[in-house]
Amino acid sequence: MSTTDYDHRQVEESITMAPLGRQVSENVHDELLTLNFGPHHPATHGVLRILVTLEGEVVRDLEPIIGYVHTGIEKTAEDKSYWKAIPVMERMDYLAYYFNAMAFCGAVETLAEVEVPKRAQYLRVIHMELNRIMSHLVWLGTSCLDLGAISMFWYGFRERERILDLFEQSSGQRMHTRYIQVGGVIEDIPLGFEEKLRQFIAVMPERVDQYEALLDRNEIVLQRLRHTCAVDAQTLLDLGVTGPLLRAAGVPWDLRKATPYSSYDDFDFKVPVGTIGDNYDRFAVRLKEMRQSVRIIEQAIDGLPEGPWITDDRKVALPPRHELATSMEALIHHFKLVTEGFRVPPGEVYYPIEGPRGEYGVFLRSDGSSKPARVHMRDPSFVNLQATKAMVQDSYIADLIATLAMMDPVLGGIDR
Amino acid sequence: MPDATGLELLAQEIGEPALGTLHFRGKGTLIVDPGSIRGVLQTLKGKGFEFLSSVHGVDYYPEEPRLGVHYELIDMDKVDRICVKLRVGTDAPNVPSVTPDWPGANHQEREVFDMFGVVFDGHPNMRRILMPEDYEGHPQRRDFPIGGEPVLFTADEAKGDAYTMDV
Repeated sequence: MSTTDYDHRQVEESITMAPLGRQVSENVHDELLTLNFGPHHPATHGVLRILVTLEGEVVRDLEPIIGYVHTGIEKTAEDKSYWKAIPVMERMDYLAYYFNAMAFCGAVETLAEVEVPKRAQYLRVIHMELNRIMSHLVWLGTSCLDLGAISMFWYGFRERERILDLFEQSSGQRMHTRYIQVGGVIEDIPLGFEEKLRQFIAVMPERVDQYEALLDRNEIVLQRLRHTCAVDAQTLLDLGVTGPLLRAAGVPWDLRKATPYSSYDDFDFKVPVGTIGDNYDRFAVRLKEMRQSVRIIEQAIDGLPEGPWITDDRKVALPPRHELATSMEALIHHFKLVTEGFRVPPGEVYYPIEGPRGEYGVFLRSDGSSKPARVHMRDPSFVNLQATKAMVQDSYIADLIATLAMMDPVLGGIDR
Repeated sequence: MPDATGLELLAQEIGEPALGTLHFRGKGTLIVDPGSIRGVLQTLKGKGFEFLSSVHGVDYYPEEPRLGVHYELIDMDKVDRICVKLRVGTDAPNVPSVTPDWPGANHQEREVFDMFGVVFDGHPNMRRILMPEDYEGHPQRRDFPIGGEPVLFTADEAKGDAYTMDV
């Protein structure tokens, strides 16, 4: 008997387990067990709570419960002027900050019809692809940790560190860099960045070879991943799944190719796809994507055009610092931007880009003032999470951990 | 994106429920009657827009009807996008759910309900998703104040109801 008045079952009452058709059997082994998995569990990659119904070791039903790190970022952004909203937007999906910023800035630029210089577009591409590799490295390290392979974590984070060093060099920050601005990027890449970047792209394909040697021929990893939790493409499409999870099932849908933005059509790269959409395909697609990202970076740094890195439209971009000392006009623009921000013509746009987890899209509504009237991020993790049940139902609980690892949900993006 | 003419043709085909069209920044938008959203999206699905990418909620305060729901559809074969918008008032914020047709709308409709209070009829699990279950109000509405959130710290518990911010 419970010692308190607090009835746990009553609290859970709203979570319906109706479709289970629960019957308590005479045989104790047939009985279903409801298990609360998370929210504080290292294998959930954040504060994700999953209510799992088990029959022995087999998952019969599950329901993800989210909202534990909901911080109201979209509401906060409504109270900030457009360019001051970038830092909070970046903190949604904390492994893909360049993508969050790009989706937001892209939406503002579309609405305000701001032209982005070519050099800025290339610099954005370089940083976004670095970010993609970085995000995939974190995924690889942590998901191998879930499979019981701890050494991969150190190798993955070794390369991630090099990328963070590059971010630090170009923007001063390792994470949440605020590098991408409305109209371009905050600063040109500094001296020595190119050299360091070239060293990195020279070494990275080799490192991916090493990861493959470590994992792709590893009997234990292959047994855990191959033919587990496969979902066909149509189910994934109905569930709105995008990104590597969808491509693993053989659908070559990549927004960088389909609707190129930020000069992605200048680069030659392939879209890796899987065949049957099992955990192995999800794993293999991401590994191959890292190689393609390296290719894109290589082409972008080789063909990096000269010119300005941010628009010269003083209505949206800060004037260069040195102009403030000599030009009254620059001082006025600076003052207006810092105090009020810039106004954006009224209207609604949706700006989608391809991030490491799928389609990041910012829906932006402007009412003509200097603050957004509504910002909404279509976060891929939030939508992809719905596919967990389709993937895991009727497989073992160990496969649930592996699938969750291969799905790569980021809870900061899910809860926002 | 369907061009302006293609959009008009599409609107004609949908007929009565299509209240208007909008072509803005190179993108086509259909404005439809809330009650017929399921039928409209089914028609568009038949036209090739088979992928429901996202559902967004908007509050147009102080305009009436206040609440809006936007559906982003993708045609992956022709690489085309279309947006479908509808508006409902706060007095009867009911919209038929499209979750039976697109299971992927499940979480997103729950989010719109949570944040704006639009009720999706026919949704299998119309509950809050991001906010706590016992939460009152819909925080993304424009008249919902920022910082109006009372926080109860254990140390202040003895003070009774005075723990909230002085608002």
